[in-house]
Amino acid sequence: MTTTSAVRPVATDQQPAAAPPPTTRPDHAPALTVVPRRNPWTWVGVAAVAVLVAMFVNGLATNPGWDWPTFARYFATETVIKALGTTIQLTVLGTVAGFVLGVVLAAMRLSPNAFLRSVAWAYIWAFRSIPLIVQLLFWFNIAYLYQSISFGLPFGPSFGSVATNDLFGALGAAVLGLALHQAAYAAEIIRGGILSVDEGQREAASALGIPRRRQFLRIVLPQAMRSILPNAANEVISLFKGTSIVSVLAIPELFYQVQVIYGRNSRVVPLLLVATVWYIILTTLLSVGQYYVERHFARGSSRTLPPTPLQRLRTRLAAFGTSTSRAAGTTTAGVAR
Amino acid sequence: MITVTDARKNYGSFAALDDVSLDIPSGSLTALLGPSGSGKSTLLRSIAGLEGLDSGTVTIEGRDVTNEPPQRRGIGFVFQHYAAFKHMTVRDNVAFGLTIRKRPKAETDKKVDELLEIVGLDGFRNRYPAQLSGGQRQRMALARALAVDPQVLLLDEPFGALDAKVRTDLRQWLRRLHDEVHVTTVLVTHDQEEALDVADRIAVLNKGRIEQVGDPVTLYERPANDFVMGFLGSVAHFGDQLVRPHDIVLERDRATALALDAKVAGSPGVVEAVVERVVPLGFEVRVDLRADSGARFAAQITRRDAADLQLREGETVHARAVGRSSVVEVDPALAI
Repeated sequence: MTTTSAVRPVATDQQPAAAPPPTTRPDHAPALTVVPRRNPWTWVGVAAVAVLVAMFVNGLATNPGWDWPTFARYFATETVIKALGTTIQLTVLGTVAGFVLGVVLAAMRLSPNAFLRSVAWAYIWAFRSIPLIVQLLFWFNIAYLYQSISFGLPFGPSFGSVATNDLFGALGAAVLGLALHQAAYAAEIIRGGILSVDEGQREAASALGIPRRRQFLRIVLPQAMRSILPNAANEVISLFKGTSIVSVLAIPELFYQVQVIYGRNSRVVPLLLVATVWYIILTTLLSVGQYYVERHFARGSSRTLPPTPLQRLRTRLAAFGTSTSRAAGTTTAGVAR
Repeated sequence: MITVTDARKNYGSFAALDDVSLDIPSGSLTALLGPSGSGKSTLLRSIAGLEGLDSGTVTIEGRDVTNEPPQRRGIGFVFQHYAAFKHMTVRDNVAFGLTIRKRPKAETDKKVDELLEIVGLDGFRNRYPAQLSGGQRQRMALARALAVDPQVLLLDEPFGALDAKVRTDLRQWLRRLHDEVHVTTVLVTHDQEEALDVADRIAVLNKGRIEQVGDPVTLYERPANDFVMGFLGSVAHFGDQLVRPHDIVLERDRATALALDAKVAGSPGVVEAVVERVVPLGFEVRVDLRADSGARFAAQITRRDAADLQLREGETVHARAVGRSSVVEVDPALAI
């Protein structure tokens, strides 16, 4: 390529204008055979990585330290499954409360009112600055600051009060801590998503006579979801794993229970493996869910949606059944419909 | 009837609207025409309520809407860049204004079907906007705006993002649509051809002010000033006059030129000029000329006249302005 482009202009300059432009390859020359570029270093890399992977897998299988029988014994015990339930409960509550508060905070940050804007900014600033574990311990000890919580008018009469420790069990403190922490991050993600929707969409909606709140819920938010979702999914997954921090409040979630068990039987590694595998399984499920939710909100953003892995597999199989040589073409055709 | 009174809008020290007053009769198709930055879009957006005025009032069919948000003005608005709701199908886009008003489903469906047929998208109801061409998207946007039975239809450079062929097709289609639907329509455009083609009234804007309002023929033939004249078509500086290039007649000899029946008062008579270039433009031929004084101007003559004259570059011809659309000075009666 380089040779061609370098030679051409020079050659043309030297020719009189009437002469035909010089061709780089005469017509009678044999057709060139295209071969893939050879890259020996790729193969060296592949070999090195393959050896490392093999060593790792071999280690997993043969190293007695992993203690697979103990792993198998504890993997699905009632205690572990129950603890897993608590972990999921914490994740769901933390996510829902966190994102609801996040939407409110994002709306405040985008509000035309400077006071609401500043409060939202300060909230996000504060809760992003405090490590989750520190915050959780604060909530756990809230009864030390406020022995009872009363319900009534601000600075006015009270209708009744509850002892703080009754209202905030350890689990309540954990959910609160996770949700408040999550809200700060969710608010920024949601705000970014809202900003990514073109102002014209809102104008078009208001020209159609749609009230402001409806404009947000029916027009802006569904379109913002597209840029919110990947980040939000990240947050949910990180919150899910973040629940392990809650073990400092002695809540019987997955990580805490595993610690309790290996505290009794000293089989640290296999029990950590139990927690690890459960975390991996659930994160995988979340990722699959994320794929389909994102796909749902991608409607209309491109001419055709990419096929799901299942559809891809099905077309691949169908194509294989009918004609092997045209497999690629058939796949594409199947995708378009 | 839309009435705008003393509308003023400043962006910093720049006056986008400088005390604009305008009446738009019910059922008309009015074009707001002007160069970019003339305030035409700001005026349209103030009628819609998408832009607030610093002072002045807007009334729509007798109702003062100056302080009403767009959703309470009974308008339909079409944007240059379609503003299609990307996450909804064509059908849902058009139906949206009705579903949000909780109209019965049967009524909504009927209305949507009717509109999709009018705009020629009946086969596309389940497509998403991304699967439509620009022209189709804009027709969908038009159907969406019409679905809520607006009192006025406001179009902000609706064909600006489309290619030339689709543009002409769509504007003629819009003209026919307007003849069918009769909704008061205001169209913003910077294209004088588009304004002359579709509108029955044109308001020419410049620097936040209205220069002239009238029907296309009046504006073309009796422009209030040189700005309007220059904006509505090409002009030639002929002596101390501005004339339309097609109102210049070329003759080989001076006597024939002098004998021409000049309908223009104060015509400077016959100008002797040298042909610099002859450019065939299809039906017409443009002749670039240089007068004795050194001033350059262009005449536009028919192909046949050009053939009769057998003009060649460097030859001398005698030019004379005829016709009525010359501007010598601003007629106070026509000025707004």
